[in-house]
Amino acid sequence: MLDLAELYQEVILDHNKSPRNFGPMTPPPTHQAEGYNPLCGDRFTVYVRLNDDVIEEIRFEGHGCAISKASASMMTEALQGMGREQAEAMFAEIHDMLTGKRKLDALDTDKLDKLVVLSGVCEFPVRVKCATLAWHAVHSAINTQGPVTTE
Amino acid sequence: MNAPASIPTTAAAKLPAIREQFPTLAQTVHGKPLVYLDNAATTQKPWCVINAIAAYYEHDNSNVHRGVHALSQRATAACEAVRDKVRAFVNAAEPAEILFTSGTTEAINLVASSYGANAVGSGDEIVISTLEHHSNIVPWQLLCERSGAILRVIPISDDGDLDLDAYRGLLNKRTRLVAVGHVCNALGTVNPIHEIIDLAHGNGTPVLVDGAQAIPHMPVDVQALDCDFYAFSGHKVYGPTGIGVLYGKRRLLDAMPPYQGGGDMISSVRFEGTTYNELPYKFEAGTPNIAGAVGLGTAVDFLQTHLPEFIPLEAALMEYAESALAAVDGVTIVGAPQQRVGALSFLIDNVHPHDIGTVVDLQGIAIRAGHHCAQPLMERLGLASTARVSFGIYNTTADIDRLTAAIPEVVRIFG
Repeated sequence: MLDLAELYQEVILDHNKSPRNFGPMTPPPTHQAEGYNPLCGDRFTVYVRLNDDVIEEIRFEGHGCAISKASASMMTEALQGMGREQAEAMFAEIHDMLTGKRKLDALDTDKLDKLVVLSGVCEFPVRVKCATLAWHAVHSAINTQGPVTTE
Repeated sequence: MNAPASIPTTAAAKLPAIREQFPTLAQTVHGKPLVYLDNAATTQKPWCVINAIAAYYEHDNSNVHRGVHALSQRATAACEAVRDKVRAFVNAAEPAEILFTSGTTEAINLVASSYGANAVGSGDEIVISTLEHHSNIVPWQLLCERSGAILRVIPISDDGDLDLDAYRGLLNKRTRLVAVGHVCNALGTVNPIHEIIDLAHGNGTPVLVDGAQAIPHMPVDVQALDCDFYAFSGHKVYGPTGIGVLYGKRRLLDAMPPYQGGGDMISSVRFEGTTYNELPYKFEAGTPNIAGAVGLGTAVDFLQTHLPEFIPLEAALMEYAESALAAVDGVTIVGAPQQRVGALSFLIDNVHPHDIGTVVDLQGIAIRAGHHCAQPLMERLGLASTARVSFGIYNTTADIDRLTAAIPEVVRIFG
């Protein structure tokens, strides 16, 4: 049976209530992209300052449900200081975890660290897009700079 | 919580027998008995509708208006009998004014396409309202893009009522059509549709009414309303998906070009030119949703049987839900329209509606969370989304109690 506590883990509730790296960026970002889920209206902008292909600073703002906001907040903590390629690899790993494409035992859980608390989301298919929203945005920001949606 | 005295007891006593007619209601979801409060999205189907569709496929299945054989004649007779049943249901003057469509959305698109082709040109104006569902916005935007017409929007008050003074000001000699909902799907606002139609007619402008959210909750008489078009869906009145109705006045339908080309909508086809069929077939190209029409006919019978008792019961249920939800700490009801039916939107402090939806779903309670396909309305209200309960003929005060009992858990998790 589905377990609410699996989805809304304490860490997720905490990041929802007190999102990290939330708000605009100064000095301004070198890259940014919007993540928008037309199904529920959730909308986040992710700001990235890349320096020599390293994520020097990453922040986000906007509004969304607990899952999308916590995922975005935890993402900013995880990607801070990462190289662009590392960040892309992390995106792929997270994407597989959230969509249930790979189970936890097939993922590098050491690297994912705290982000494994998001793994319960794959049991809630309609909420997967919430959790991936900010990740799609950052992927777009460091690649194309265009707005993205999870649709 | 004790039921207020206003719950009509005789009608309420019949609810268990009504609920027994809906097989989907008798199930557990996530280990809890299902509470279904998403009827504005779609209603559950009673056995009589399910059985009528099965019986059609078991005994009468064939194509309509084509065969001389017995089955085709039976299917044709069944389809046409439903057309006349729907005519009586909405009190249209003749069956030819009842067109079968796939639903409200297609009905509105039909009018935008066919009425729009002849009657709407560059610089003309279409009036809609802030309360509309996307299906009564986007077809008109497409028409405006094609024709160079301009879309005008009736504003609303903070309570969620249409601003009729502003509406009067929007009507002018370029207004070619007013297209408004009878009942708003997100807030439940019942629009003063008589007055809206009278004002438009005073300006010489026809009116399309999107009745998708009204038909399940009140009797509708298109001749008394004097509306020019009225659209609704079968699946919101306990019928199947994929069937809906467009009522149109003959005078307007006769003047409109066909919507789609194909079989059934023609009387003769030659490569030099084609003669179109008469109403209503001119607008029904291709094999129609025959089983859907059969199911709709049964659903209309079902609704007509129960509507007189449902109306006061639902009014009491709405009152009960409003006060029960408002009494829960942290809950705010969205809008306070003068008259509300069917749907009620609410918010919980600091909790996103999707999270509300997921938490109550695990309690077996189905509600809608989102923008309700009414993004411009959400924007006007300064909201991204709401949680919404919407009622059907089988809902009880116990359903509301289950919801209000689940909310403290929502507040505890996210508060």
